[in-house]
Amino acid sequence: MTITAATPAPVPAPPARRLHVGGTLAAWIGVAPFIAFALLFLLLPTLTVVIGAFRAPGGGFTLEHVAGLSQPRIVSAFWISIRLSLATAALGCLIGFIVAAAVTRGGLPEGLRSGVMTFSGVAANFAGVPLAFAFIATLGRLGFMTVLLREWFGFNLYATGFNLISFWGLVLTYLYFQIPLMVLVITPALDGLKREWREAAEVLGASRLQYFRMIAMPILWPAVLGTFALLFANAFGAVATAMALTGSSLSIAPILLFAQIRGDVLQDPALGYAIAFGMIVLTAVANLISILLRGRAERWLK
Amino acid sequence: MRLWSWLGFALGAVFMVLPLVGMFEFSLRARRGEYSLDAYRSVLGDPQFQATFAYSVVVAIVTIIAGVLLVVPTAYWVRLRLSRLRPVMEFVTLLPLVIPPIVIAFGYLRQFNTSSFLPLTGSARGTDFLLVMGYVTLSLPYMYRAVDTGLRTLDVATLTEASQSLGASWVTILSRVILPNLWPAVLSGAFLSFAIVIGEYVFAALLDRPAFGPYMVWVGGNRAYEPAALAVIAFGVTWACMGLLTLTGRLAAHHRAARR
Amino acid sequence: MSFLTLENLKKSFGQTQVVHDFSLAVGKGEFVSLLGPSGCGKTTVLRMIAGFETTSAGRIRIDGQDVTALPPARRQIGMVFQAYALFPNLTAAGNVGFGLRVAGVPRRERAARVAEMLALIGLPDLGDRYPFQLSGGQQQRVALARALAPRPRVLLLDEPLSALDAKIRVSLRAEIRELQRTLGITTIFVTHDQEEALSMSDRVVVMHQGRAAQVGTPAEIYDSPANAFVAGFVGQLNRLPARVVDAGTGRVELAGHPLTLAATLPASGQVTLAARPEAFRPAPAGLPVEVETVEFLGALRRVHARLPDGSALVFDMFNSPDAPAPRMGERLTLAVDPSAWIVEAA
Ligand SMILES: Nc1ncnc2c1ncn2[C@@H]1O[C@H](COP(=O)(O)OP(=O)(O)OP(=O)(O)O)[C@@H](O)[C@H]1O
Ligand SMILES: [Mg+2]
Repeated sequence: MTITAATPAPVPAPPARRLHVGGTLAAWIGVAPFIAFALLFLLLPTLTVVIGAFRAPGGGFTLEHVAGLSQPRIVSAFWISIRLSLATAALGCLIGFIVAAAVTRGGLPEGLRSGVMTFSGVAANFAGVPLAFAFIATLGRLGFMTVLLREWFGFNLYATGFNLISFWGLVLTYLYFQIPLMVLVITPALDGLKREWREAAEVLGASRLQYFRMIAMPILWPAVLGTFALLFANAFGAVATAMALTGSSLSIAPILLFAQIRGDVLQDPALGYAIAFGMIVLTAVANLISILLRGRAERWLK
Repeated sequence: MRLWSWLGFALGAVFMVLPLVGMFEFSLRARRGEYSLDAYRSVLGDPQFQATFAYSVVVAIVTIIAGVLLVVPTAYWVRLRLSRLRPVMEFVTLLPLVIPPIVIAFGYLRQFNTSSFLPLTGSARGTDFLLVMGYVTLSLPYMYRAVDTGLRTLDVATLTEASQSLGASWVTILSRVILPNLWPAVLSGAFLSFAIVIGEYVFAALLDRPAFGPYMVWVGGNRAYEPAALAVIAFGVTWACMGLLTLTGRLAAHHRAARR
Repeated sequence: MSFLTLENLKKSFGQTQVVHDFSLAVGKGEFVSLLGPSGCGKTTVLRMIAGFETTSAGRIRIDGQDVTALPPARRQIGMVFQAYALFPNLTAAGNVGFGLRVAGVPRRERAARVAEMLALIGLPDLGDRYPFQLSGGQQQRVALARALAPRPRVLLLDEPLSALDAKIRVSLRAEIRELQRTLGITTIFVTHDQEEALSMSDRVVVMHQGRAAQVGTPAEIYDSPANAFVAGFVGQLNRLPARVVDAGTGRVELAGHPLTLAATLPASGQVTLAARPEAFRPAPAGLPVEVETVEFLGALRRVHARLPDGSALVFDMFNSPDAPAPRMGERLTLAVDPSAWIVEAA
């Protein structure tokens, strides 16, 4: 599955061969279109945002915009976003891991596995607006499950305080693409666990738990960490799902940014830059942490 | 152990399947007291639907073509001549998974505004172009990874040397030798890109293009049962893309096995 | 009194039975090899002893204790796998100490035992290396130390040398055997390499289609194979069609040439006679052959020849300067020790 892309396996470069294709300059010309594209449509736009966050209205450097992030409204939006991303990444990793482990290691029929993988490919990409509709149709006030529970079991879901248009409603919805994403990424890693490792541990007297704690988990840890960062960024940047689900009643960072871009709701155009910059910093930090931890966890892989 | 596995799997399956059942059931409820396909009829008959869906399909196709033209020669070249650039390529192509799409879109609006050096947002054509570039960026991680993996299984250097010794030009090598051998990889990247692009919302909305994503949001705000019908349709499209992706993967495996 | 006893082990995977009534008694400190062609069930027997496969029937006893129903972790067995199977996330020392760690042995004691084991396998300075920093041979030695560190009652080795290159294979063979003798540990060694089995073992079990075809010392297996399968699998064997002339006196006719055998014969009809290449020697009179090719094997020459009826025969000649090698097309007569023939019903 292509999503595995997120944690690329280190591939040894093939031995370089000498070919008759001209000098080094020619070699660089070959990648010039891509460099131009990446600069123009990926790096410069990002840079524009970063610079904008530090540029005073008249030009020159300022920290005012970034300081503006301390507005309660923005802080709370970021805080919800962080919690949302952490919660869905953590739960997604945990549940996805369990499902992947059940399918690959739990002695379930072989046919089930390819079904789960294909379905995960679909579900991981079934995000955005339609996903929100599916959850509204299922758990909204008139949704399938809500009605079913009420009419068959006399159970009023909404009387319990549940609301789809809430933090936990959003968590539930995000999990719909987070879990399959984890399944897609972690399954190859689980396949990489050799049967002999488990057997060797077992015959040496280790319990299942000891094997898991001392062998399997340390081996899987880098992949899990990488996926966690991916899921975090994935949730942190998601706008469409949240917007279609909640309108803009739940103020998370990307929705706030969206509203700001559309209509300057914060009455300060430069604050948009600051929010965008804050979002970059957060996803970058999440990835950095995961890379650092991975480096430690992978020292036996060098 | 097996029991626990079944239990874990069953819980996961219930969570994943219920919303699908829910949206399907809901989409049939348009007529009071009975199930009907009214919501679908209303959606499919809506000229807005037809226009936006067609627009998004065209944009997706153009995105895929542009992505292939950009990625295949680059990945090929990096494998062949610039392997020291590979870590950089890995990093750059993964960036779109790290930088939130909305930030990139925001950057576009500022960098290509009407008073900039490249005022793409000034015209409809220019904005369309920008949208396509945005989608190429979003699908870059998948496209690049797919193509690079495909190239790994080919022996690029030998293929190239052989073609060169027969006097083939670079264009010929790429279009006649590399690309045909790379079809399964390219197709899998393409289907994934299609699935990502077809219902995309943020870029389309911020660039103000008449695409399927913003249309769906509009319907969501103004209709009751049609959104569920749209979700079913979108799910069907995603499913078709992934099905085709799996299929090309299998065909490629067969192909390789047959050649051995 | 045997230390490890297998009684009528059976194993079926679904409909197919892959181990049939396999019994074996191994004495304390004995080194026994399971030898047989691929797919004959060697690994399956070993995995039943380790507890990775359940037995379909039969008992396994270690030191008098019935372990048939015990999980692998409680059998006190050491096992070495074909493809290293070292834990990649632990150093060599971590691997060797793993069994002690899960058993709750205190750190100090553990470190001492690990150092002792690493010294025993001749890698005292490599404790800090991760498996990827070790060569195949070193990895396999660490795997051996890991299996031995918790002082198991029985050591099981499943083709531990087959992933290594030829030279290391031979030297490690001797090391394993030496270590096994020093520690006096009861050992079962699985291999499909007859040279390995014959050179290392106290006794060899030749397996065929899930059964023990013969159990015996290497010399017994080689010199007096119990049946045609063993004879054919261990060492090289000539198999020639012959006609019984008189069962009572042991007279047969082989390619038109009369022979008298020491073995008992079926009353009449066709039989197959089998003999090893070294059973033949050139003599003034005997079995007539025509030389086809000669292989030079150092101390020996292996001659490929044909009998008058066209069947192929291989025999060995000592290599000495005064006996020139036979030439292609040369005719020779060969004498055979009557007791060297093995008779199979045709
Ligand atoms: N888990 C299993 N399910 C079904 N059949 C099996 C299983 N394990 C082994 N077999 C079959 O049992 C037979 C014996 O296998 P085993 O691995 O014991 O052979 P072996 O003697 O070790 O061969 P080799 O030298 O190739 O390792 C084979 O025919 C094999 O196909
Ligand atoms: Mg085996």
